[in-house]
Amino acid sequence: MERSDILIVGAGLAAITLMRELRKRDAAVGITLVTADDGHFYSKPMLSNGLATSKTAASLVMTQRDALATQLNLAILPRTRVTAVDTGGHRVLTDQGALVYGRLVLALGAHPIRLPIEGEGAADVLSINHLDDYAIYREQLADKQRVALLGAGLIGCEFANDLRTVGKEVDVFDIAPQPLGRLLPDIAGKAYRLGLEAAGVRFHFGTSVQRIERGASGYRLHDGTGAITETDLVVSAVGLKPETTLPAAAGIKVGRGIMTDGMLATSAEDVFALGDCAEVAGMVLPFVMPIMHQAKALAATLCGEATPVRYPAMPVVVKTPAMPAVVCPPPPGTVGDWQETETDPGVRSLYLNAAGDLLGFALIGSEAAKEKQVLTARLKLV
Amino acid sequence: MKTWMCVVCGYIYDEAKGDPEHGIAAGTRWEDVPDDWSCPDCGVAKGDFEMVTV
Repeated sequence: MERSDILIVGAGLAAITLMRELRKRDAAVGITLVTADDGHFYSKPMLSNGLATSKTAASLVMTQRDALATQLNLAILPRTRVTAVDTGGHRVLTDQGALVYGRLVLALGAHPIRLPIEGEGAADVLSINHLDDYAIYREQLADKQRVALLGAGLIGCEFANDLRTVGKEVDVFDIAPQPLGRLLPDIAGKAYRLGLEAAGVRFHFGTSVQRIERGASGYRLHDGTGAITETDLVVSAVGLKPETTLPAAAGIKVGRGIMTDGMLATSAEDVFALGDCAEVAGMVLPFVMPIMHQAKALAATLCGEATPVRYPAMPVVVKTPAMPAVVCPPPPGTVGDWQETETDPGVRSLYLNAAGDLLGFALIGSEAAKEKQVLTARLKLV
Repeated sequence: MKTWMCVVCGYIYDEAKGDPEHGIAAGTRWEDVPDDWSCPDCGVAKGDFEMVTV
């Protein structure tokens, strides 16, 4: 049976960043990465603007698996699915055999949430959460003109904008009254919506697709208002759910995600979690910046320098060139008010508490977006 | 003049072009880019860039 000092399950941004950070600190520690995917490193944020940048699934790969393994002097076991974790025996079982670990890191990611939809076309709905999914999307998109997106959140809006840049017709459905949901206050939400509509995105708010029928060509979508929309391809982007089945079956404590303390330690000895699968000190933060900070802290901890994860202010840039947006939502539980100022074109929205401290912001439009750095520096961290 | 790539999203910092939108003048060498500058596309820190030859 193979033994590894540090065994990492997963090959997404969290896993690969952790490997890089570990190697910066320790040239010798044995690292093995096991993944159900190919193990190539690709830029996941670019899945949602791959059309505008003419990226195929193959050209999104930034570092091939073998190059990565050589560069970082570690072992990558691709196309290997972990089937169980035996925390008492310090080993994982895979469909290719058992692996023994000193420390185990779960970087399992998250899977797309799928809303229940009726009709025979519901089975054809795509979700794009992996490089393999993107390859299928591009293949199916090639001869199609109309695309419907389920969900007007960050990913839905990015895909909608990206599809418009190559001239596809785009319908976006969301039960919320505006795009980006709770990330945006009212005036910002309206300005953002208008920006994408000006680029040709058709929004259907306050409703959801309930039934998808296959037609002679394409699909007929029935939404909650009774309206019917015809389209050629349906993509679901309604959110992600942390992957917790494997750890839960192993008796590791899970909540919304795999529960960890501030040191990224799970309830099981020598088992850690980070990234989209983890609920770190009560928070699930499925964005690039938190993952980078978690990976750095965990690398230090695993190399013997106990380091809790601490986040700076982390604004999220929404990649919609038709109407650029930067959002930094106020932390949950804080009390304050939005103050919104129109900047032409766009909106600057600041979330301030009674003392006038800046707790969050939303910047809509290229002019407002320029204030990102100044406002980030002004944010009061709670 | 050298170029540096964001390891997360592939954004290229070209010393010849700088990042004028965020206060980095054209021709600014990488070592002179302030440490609190971050990737304009995905927000990761300057330390998460690697030098690339294009």
